[in-house]
Amino acid sequence: MSVATRPITVALIGNPNTGKSTLFNALSGLRQRVGNYPGVTVEKKIGRTEFHGRQFTVVDLPGTYSLAPRSPDEMVAVDVLLGRRNDVEPIDVVLCIVDASNLERNLYLVSQVLELGLPTVVALNMTDVAEGKGLALDVDRLRKQLPVRIVPVQANRGTGLAELKKQLAAAAESPVPSVPSPFPEAFQQEVEQLGRRSSSNGHVDPKTPLPRYLLERLLLDTSGYLASSGLDTIDEPLLGEVRDARSRLANAGLPVPAIEAIARYQWAGSVLTGVVTRPAQRKATLTDRIDRVLTHRVWGALVFLCVMLLLFLAVYYVPDITRASATIDWLMELASAGVVRVVPEGALRSLLITGIVGGVGGVVVFLPQIFTLFFFIAVLEDCGYMARAAYLMDKLMSRIGLSGKSFIPLLSSFACAVPAIMATRVIENRRDRLVTILVAPLMSCSARLPVYTLLIAAFIPNLTIGSGWFAVPWLHALTLFAMYALTIVAGVAAAWVFKKTLFRGPTPPFVMELPSYKLPGLGVVLHRMFEQGWAFVYRAGTLILAVSILVWALAYYPRDATRIDAALLVRQAELQQQLDATPAADRDSLPAAVQLAAIDNHIAAAHLENSYLGRMGKAIEPAVRPLGWDWRIGCAAIASFPAREVVVATLGVIYNLGEGQDEGSDALQDTLRAATWAGTDRPVFNVPVALSIMVFFALCAQCASTLAVMRRETGTWRWPALTFVYMTTLAYVAALVTYQVGMWIGS
Amino acid sequence: MSSLATLEVGSSGKVAAIEGDDEISLRLMEMGLTPGAPFTLIGVAPLGDPLELEIRGYRLSLRKSEAQRIRVN
Repeated sequence: MSVATRPITVALIGNPNTGKSTLFNALSGLRQRVGNYPGVTVEKKIGRTEFHGRQFTVVDLPGTYSLAPRSPDEMVAVDVLLGRRNDVEPIDVVLCIVDASNLERNLYLVSQVLELGLPTVVALNMTDVAEGKGLALDVDRLRKQLPVRIVPVQANRGTGLAELKKQLAAAAESPVPSVPSPFPEAFQQEVEQLGRRSSSNGHVDPKTPLPRYLLERLLLDTSGYLASSGLDTIDEPLLGEVRDARSRLANAGLPVPAIEAIARYQWAGSVLTGVVTRPAQRKATLTDRIDRVLTHRVWGALVFLCVMLLLFLAVYYVPDITRASATIDWLMELASAGVVRVVPEGALRSLLITGIVGGVGGVVVFLPQIFTLFFFIAVLEDCGYMARAAYLMDKLMSRIGLSGKSFIPLLSSFACAVPAIMATRVIENRRDRLVTILVAPLMSCSARLPVYTLLIAAFIPNLTIGSGWFAVPWLHALTLFAMYALTIVAGVAAAWVFKKTLFRGPTPPFVMELPSYKLPGLGVVLHRMFEQGWAFVYRAGTLILAVSILVWALAYYPRDATRIDAALLVRQAELQQQLDATPAADRDSLPAAVQLAAIDNHIAAAHLENSYLGRMGKAIEPAVRPLGWDWRIGCAAIASFPAREVVVATLGVIYNLGEGQDEGSDALQDTLRAATWAGTDRPVFNVPVALSIMVFFALCAQCASTLAVMRRETGTWRWPALTFVYMTTLAYVAALVTYQVGMWIGS
Repeated sequence: MSSLATLEVGSSGKVAAIEGDDEISLRLMEMGLTPGAPFTLIGVAPLGDPLELEIRGYRLSLRKSEAQRIRVN
C-alpha cells in the first residue's frame, strides 16, 4: 500500500512534564488502546486520529529525557522508532513534544531523535509557561536553525492540533531534511568505521546491518547493556573494535561517554542562539514564590503532612461519604434479590449469588478507591506537587533503600493496595518499583478493618480511661494501633531485605526534575481516573471473578445430602410444610419460621463442613493448630483467598449463623465466644487466638485483586507468586509467635 | 575546586567536571550538568537531603551523594 492510503504511523515522544499525555489525549480522544509490550513493564498506548480523511495511528512512547537505553524497558522506545518490533507498525514520522519554557534540555532528546533519520515534527508546547518566566521566543529563527517542522501547540487547550496534523502528514511524505550530526568529525568517522565492520563480519545479512543510531549507542554505552543485549550483529570482534575506538577518542580529547552530553548540549546551545531572550533581571516566577513555602523547612513539611493526610483520608472516606460503596453494596443486594426471585434454590442460584454477583462486586468495590486515589494523584502530578512530595520524603525513604518516589504509593496502600500498586508507575527504576510493589500489600489496608473490628470487639477486654462521653477505649485503640504498627515494621523490614538480596544493586540516581507549578487540567485528571479504573476492571477483573467462582465451587460441592444429619432434613421439610400451609403475610411471625431459619443455618454449616473447602480446612488443621486455630478458622482463611474481609462472612456460615454476618454483628461475636473444640467444652477462641488471627490477616496476602493487579503491572506471575509465598510465610510465623507467646504469658 | 555538595544554599557557580562514568554521572550530564554549565543552589529539603538546583533554566533535585561527584568552580 502507498503512504497515501494507509494510516500514517506517528511515534509521540518527549520529556516527562511536557504535556505529552495531554497531547496524546487531545489527538486521539477516546480512540485509544492500552496494553503492555511483552516481557517488559512498559505500557503500550496506541491512539487514532484523522485529518481531512487522512488516518493517523499515534504510538505514545514513555516520557524520557534521553534515548540512551540501559535496560530492556528503555530499549522499547528505540526499537519502536527504528522499526525493530513486530508488534508495532514501522514509524512514518516522529512527533517530538518540547517544553518551550525549557528548550535547552528538551533539545537534548530532539538531537537524538533527529539522528534516527526519520521525518520529525516538533510540537512546541507550554509557550504560556515560557511567557510567565519572562522568556521571549523567536520561533522563526528557531525554524531556520533547526530545519524541521515546528508547530506551536497548546495541548491543554487543544489549539494548534489541525496545523500539527497537517505538518505530520506533509513530513511523512517529504524527504527527510539532513541535519548535521552534533558530534565532532573524529567521532562520526569512528561510527562509520564500526558500521563497515559490523556489516562485513560474515554471518550477518549485509542487507540488515545494525542501524547507525545503534552503532553510535554501542560506542557510547559504557553500561554494557547493548553489548549484552543479544543482538546477533554484535560479536566479540566488533566489541574489540568498540574498545579500540573509545581509547582513540579518549586520546583525542573526546572521552566516551561524556562526549555525548557535551556535544548535544553544545548543539542545543547553537540552535538556540538568538532564539530565547531572557529578562535581564531574573523574574521571580510564581513557581519561585510557591516553592519558597512548599519546600520550606517548616512550612513545606507542614503543608506536606496536610496534603498527605487529606489524600489518605480521601481514599479512606470518599467512597463512604459519596455513598459510592453503599451504592455498590445496594446494587449487589438488588442483583442477589433478583436472582432469588428468578432462579430456583440450588447450585445455579448459589453460583450466581456467591460466585458471580460476589465476584463482580469484589471487582467493582475497588472502583471508588481507585477513582479517588487517581483523582488526587493526577491533580498532584499535573500541578507539579508530586515531584516535591518525592523531594521532601526522599531522605526518609532512602533509609530503607528506596527513593522519595515510593512514598505516595506506600501511603496509598494503607487505604488499598490495588490503586497503590498501579501508582508505582511513577518510579522509573525497575528494582525500586518492584520492591515497592512487593511491600505495598503489607500496609494495613481498609479491608483488614472488619477482621480487626470483629475480633477486638469480641475478645479484647474493653478497658477505658475516663467516663461517659470521654470514655476512651484505650485497649481496643492500642490493639488496632499495634496492627497498623506491625504492618509498617514488617513493610520496612521486607523492603530492606529485598533491597539487600533479590534487588541488590547500585543505588539508582535520584536526579529528578522539579517541574513548574501550574493549574491541573480537569480533562487530564478525569481521563487518568477513568483510564485507571477501566484498566483495573478490564485486566484484573476476569481473574478476580474466576477466583471467586472457584472458591464458591470449593465451598458448595460435592453437596452430598447423605452426609447431612437426616433428622435435620426431616425437621426442615416438616417446618417448610407448616409454613407453606400458612398465608404468606403471617409466615414471618410464626415460631416455625424462626426454627426453620436456625435449621437452615445448621444445614448450611454442615454442607460447608462436608464441602471440599471444609475438607481442606480439616486437612490443614494440624498445620494451623499451633496458631491456636481449629479447622473452622483454617477453612475461613482458605475461603478468604479472594478477599480477606470474606473471612467474617465465612465464620458466620461455619458457626451456623447463616450468610450476611458482618463485623458488627452481636450474634457473631457471641457465637465466637461460645465456640468450643469438637467434643470438648474448651473454648476455641481466647485472646491469644484472636490476636493470632488478627496478626495473620494483617500480614497475609489474602487478596486476589492485589495479586491480579501485580501480575498486570509486572507482566509476569513471578512477583505475585513471590508475594503470596513470602507474605503467607510471614503471616504464619508471626501468628504462631503471637499465639505461643500469648499462651505462655497467660499460663 | 570543590564539590557541589559543600556549597551554601543560594550560591551559584559553574560545573567543572563530573566524576565517574556510571549511570549516575551519565544521568547528571543528560540532565544538563555538563562542564561549563552555570547553576544556582536553590535549597535543601527539610530533612537535609536532597538538594534543589537551578540549571539551564529549570529545577533539578539530586541527592548530596550525587552532588559530591560534581566538581564546581
